[in-house]
Amino acid sequence: MSKLFPVTVTVNGKVYERQVEPRLLLSDFLRHDLGLLGTHVGCEHGICGACTILFDGEAVRSCLIFAVQANGHEINTVESLGTPENLHPLQQSFTDKHALQCGFCTPGFLMTLVPFLEENPKPTEDEIREAIDGNICRCTGYEKIVEAVQDAAEKMTQKK
Amino acid sequence: MTGKYFGKPVKRLEDKFLLTGNAKFIDDIQLPGMLHAAFLRSDYAHAKIIKIDYSEALKRPGVVAVYTAEDFGDFWKPGPLQVPPPTAIPGSKFNARTLVPIAKDKIRFSGEPLAVVIAESRYIAEDAFDDIIVDVEPLPAVVDLEKAWEDTSVLVHDDLGTNLAALVTQESGSYEEAKKQADVVVSKRMLIEHVAAAAMENRGFVVNWDERNQELTVWAGTQSPLTIRGSISRALGLAESQVHVITPYIGGGFGPKVMSSQADDVLLPWISKQLKRPIKWIEDRRENFLATTSERDQVHHCEIALKKDGTILGFKDVFYHNTGAYDSYGMTVPLNTQTHTVSNYRVPNFYTQIRMVFTNQMVVTPVRGAGRSEGIHAMERMIDFAAHELGMDPVELRLKNLLKPEEFPLKTGIIGQDFVEGVLDSGDYLGNMKMCLDMVEYDKFRKEIQPKARKEGKRLGIGVVAFTEGTAVGPYEGVKLTVSTNGKVTLATGYSSQGQGHFTVFAQIVADALNVKVEDVKVITGDTLHFAWGAGTFASRGATLVGTATHLASQKVRAKIFATASKALGVPEDQVDLCEGSVCVIGKPESSIPLGTLASMANPMRGVVEPGVEPGLEATAYYGPPHGATGSGACAVILDIDPDTCKPTIERFVLVHDCGTVINPLLLEGQLQGGVSMGIGNAFYEKMVYDENGQMVTASFMDYLMPLASDMPKKIEMGHLHTPSPLNPLGIKGVGEAGALPPPPAFAQAFEDAFYDKKLELLESNLSPSVIFSYLKKAEGE
Amino acid sequence: MKPVNFDYYAPSSVDEALDTLAELGYDGKVLAGGQSLIAAMNFRMARPSALVDLNNVPELSYIKPTADGGLAIGTMTRVHAVEHSPEVAKRFPLLVEVAKYIAHPQIRRRGTFGGAIAHADPAGQLPSISMVMNMQALIRGKGKERWVDAPDLIIGPFMTVIEPDEMLAELVIKPHPPRTGAKYVQVSRQSGGYAQSAVASVVTLDEKDVCKDVHMVLMSVAEVPILSEKAREILIGSKPTKEAIEAVAEAATTSEIDPASDLHASADYRRSITRVLIVRSLTEAFERAKRGG
Repeated sequence: MSKLFPVTVTVNGKVYERQVEPRLLLSDFLRHDLGLLGTHVGCEHGICGACTILFDGEAVRSCLIFAVQANGHEINTVESLGTPENLHPLQQSFTDKHALQCGFCTPGFLMTLVPFLEENPKPTEDEIREAIDGNICRCTGYEKIVEAVQDAAEKMTQKK
Repeated sequence: MTGKYFGKPVKRLEDKFLLTGNAKFIDDIQLPGMLHAAFLRSDYAHAKIIKIDYSEALKRPGVVAVYTAEDFGDFWKPGPLQVPPPTAIPGSKFNARTLVPIAKDKIRFSGEPLAVVIAESRYIAEDAFDDIIVDVEPLPAVVDLEKAWEDTSVLVHDDLGTNLAALVTQESGSYEEAKKQADVVVSKRMLIEHVAAAAMENRGFVVNWDERNQELTVWAGTQSPLTIRGSISRALGLAESQVHVITPYIGGGFGPKVMSSQADDVLLPWISKQLKRPIKWIEDRRENFLATTSERDQVHHCEIALKKDGTILGFKDVFYHNTGAYDSYGMTVPLNTQTHTVSNYRVPNFYTQIRMVFTNQMVVTPVRGAGRSEGIHAMERMIDFAAHELGMDPVELRLKNLLKPEEFPLKTGIIGQDFVEGVLDSGDYLGNMKMCLDMVEYDKFRKEIQPKARKEGKRLGIGVVAFTEGTAVGPYEGVKLTVSTNGKVTLATGYSSQGQGHFTVFAQIVADALNVKVEDVKVITGDTLHFAWGAGTFASRGATLVGTATHLASQKVRAKIFATASKALGVPEDQVDLCEGSVCVIGKPESSIPLGTLASMANPMRGVVEPGVEPGLEATAYYGPPHGATGSGACAVILDIDPDTCKPTIERFVLVHDCGTVINPLLLEGQLQGGVSMGIGNAFYEKMVYDENGQMVTASFMDYLMPLASDMPKKIEMGHLHTPSPLNPLGIKGVGEAGALPPPPAFAQAFEDAFYDKKLELLESNLSPSVIFSYLKKAEGE
Repeated sequence: MKPVNFDYYAPSSVDEALDTLAELGYDGKVLAGGQSLIAAMNFRMARPSALVDLNNVPELSYIKPTADGGLAIGTMTRVHAVEHSPEVAKRFPLLVEVAKYIAHPQIRRRGTFGGAIAHADPAGQLPSISMVMNMQALIRGKGKERWVDAPDLIIGPFMTVIEPDEMLAELVIKPHPPRTGAKYVQVSRQSGGYAQSAVASVVTLDEKDVCKDVHMVLMSVAEVPILSEKAREILIGSKPTKEAIEAVAEAATTSEIDPASDLHASADYRRSITRVLIVRSLTEAFERAKRGG
């Protein structure tokens, strides 16, 4: 066990203080130290995007950041969106359009898409596909994910 | 057949948990005192083990134990033959060399486990690899299938004296006789390349031995919880009732998760018993690439014999199939190849031979497509080559030979993975093809679009193929259905779910039969405490087998409801009606009893019951078909290829499919679209490569390319036919693997069509731009 | 796939970072965005014994116009910031064009401009672009600093002249002369994937449409990015006709590149597409120059 470093991090609005080894990946920290199991780990080399989270509001890979680097930062995971009883509009569109099957990659897609839709409230299909090219889904073939994003974009702009 | 829910695009009940991070996956299991396992895996593909010294590893803080094969004593033995070979094929040879849980004496593939480290964290367990000294004598690797078949100088299993894993010849009619009658005979050698299943969630295994209760609890990301329960009980000498297997939510399966008796599920239960501590192992992506199973990788030597008018007289296919270093999964994959090679077409004479070869590579077991892909690829490509030879349009040749609806049921004479002679139960293969041609506007494409594009110098090509998917094979699956006293219904099955939507489709069947809300039906999959019979998730059999068992159990429970309600309401059964969530007297809705109350009544606490009455509104039912039900389809693709870079753009993608009665059209589309993305991956991007030393050089997503959103066609245009299967009361056929089948041959045909003037013959399945380029250069004589 | 342990330093200023690097010498490695490094560490292919994390040094993250009309970009500026900077778009649209090809959006959010250049991945876009734009690299060490032209910075695959006790601190891009155009083109298997071949050109025309200057870099077709001499020989002083551009493509692909075969492309294929890409890149760069850049 090497030296431990203190980490104070705000996750989904809640402040956590922990001691970590510098090598601990942020993905493992969120899942196993904080028990936030919605963030999934699919490849640990930054390609699949299942572990995507928001780091100071930006979608990044949590497997390519050390937990110690999150000190003083704000993180949001899929748990910050809706609940089973009260889904976020994007989550609602995902179920309405059947945009998930095994659901393992889904949290990564959602965390990629939430800030994307904030910045691009009316994205074109090409923009959507470009936005999710950093997330691999083995089940759906992506078509229904694209439909879900279009659906969510429409509904979220109407609301505003 | 439709009902309130059956046949409707019902949204999935499981989604809200998956979408919010509330679905429990294998790595989400956390137990007090849990230790973590990591496997030290071989860098060598083939080597003799001289010594493995882990004494230093034990000194590392946080390391609890290290084991090599020697440390398991008599417990170490080769695993069971998970799928035996069929006995009914005369003259077939099968050499069983089943997977060993951890290498002893000899290493047979790169990635094979050499030592298992148990530590306080996965990080520390991996650190300990640095402390373990592995002394081996490297051997040359067996990599090339055809060479390994002939050459006995290097053997994967020394005691066999050969690398032959299986030799199976099946013939219907006589190919040699057909050949004599033929005007045209075309022969080709084709490669169908190695691919990974690459579910987004890797495998995982958590085990806890409870010393006080003498019970083992296992959480496993498996497609086959009952197989694992059986093998663990047998290995440890426990009764099945002492082993409780739970499958949590599983992040995709696609085949390899059906394989059991690997290092994790064999060794970790034993270790947990020794250490009396829970242990978790989560496979990482590198391990998944190196050591989980994979598929395809066949070399076909095909010959097709035809008359001048295009009538197929016979087909011959001798193919080499890579089984990897061991063959615990029997011959499922190559038998599927044999049954699918000619299944679309009228081929009166068919000769097919499996040459299954041991290599120093990871074990081969089914991956979505599972041998069907290879058989269909071989046949579809040979029809294209024959069309070139005959100067016929490839579509015309297909239309001429496709089976007609009146020819079903058709016995194929070929024994398949379910050990019985293949029977094509029903379908309209010509109808599929015609709808597909209409949708893609084939005539217009040939007469207007393509000539115009060619004038403009564009390389626009079309590919049209037919396919079948043998699904829903036996032996059986079952369910237990219970109406609870709260009025909700629970369905438990031994089947495990990897995202197919079982939680919803089975609920749809129950909800209609019992007239309850679909969200009031809870489906429990793959938990042996709730249901302990079944074979597993494979061969697109869930909807048909579990779905039919669900239907049968629903009818039984319905009968119990009517019988109980008749007594409770004091009216004859034919006066009882099922209202939503309750029973009532026909015409008197005010005289009703909620289902939950009725469930209480069906479990009397005092008094006397009549002979033969079973308690509870509960029933168990099983369903096993005599043989599989065959889905079918046709697919057309139009590619626009940049002649400078050979990069294709998918202009159109049309898929027509027939899986009989549809339970949920939304989920059907999802299955097909997902399958297509894997097929497109196989056609363009995905390729597992071993070098000549047996080293896999594609063990990451940087090198193994998965299809991305921008790689897919904008729209997969779908058409559906519905020819119900006569085999089961609901008329269902499976669909899980269908979409993956047609893209590789369709794309090959489209490439050849685009470069029609170069007369390309593409003899491999993965057609990257660089591969197309090399064919073009060859055609130009460079 | 978990990294080995390491000592971790998180300086909050450049001076503190340089002190730490000087102390650590060969043991220290700079952690910038980490989007390549941490992936390699997860595979345990990279095993640094100490990391000096620059993510807490805000003074290294900036895009500043220089007095002469160019730009200075701090090493820790995220690629995403470069991609979306109006200053960059106005002066060097080539950089915006290139940035969109670098991996995927999530990687660009975290990956840094300087980190990518210092990583010197021969298949990475930014090292090549730094060369073709002739950026000036400010390399700083404790009590020392020096300027190196980007073409001299990279000396081999994953190798630069940056010493272990130094770091790349800033990149300065000089303004383009009038009538300068640039174009980046690449062929990769998939979006966000490594280029199988890529070409970037920066060309300048005089008022008579004669080529005054040309820089062209060829990427992923040799051990290191190649700055084409042939392009200069053939084009400077003459009109960039179709024939002249094709002559460059011919000369460069026969004598300047040495592509390798790998999993995804044969050497012949790489050579062939490079030829196409050279023509596409130069043609469009000259078009843009004609339109005023």
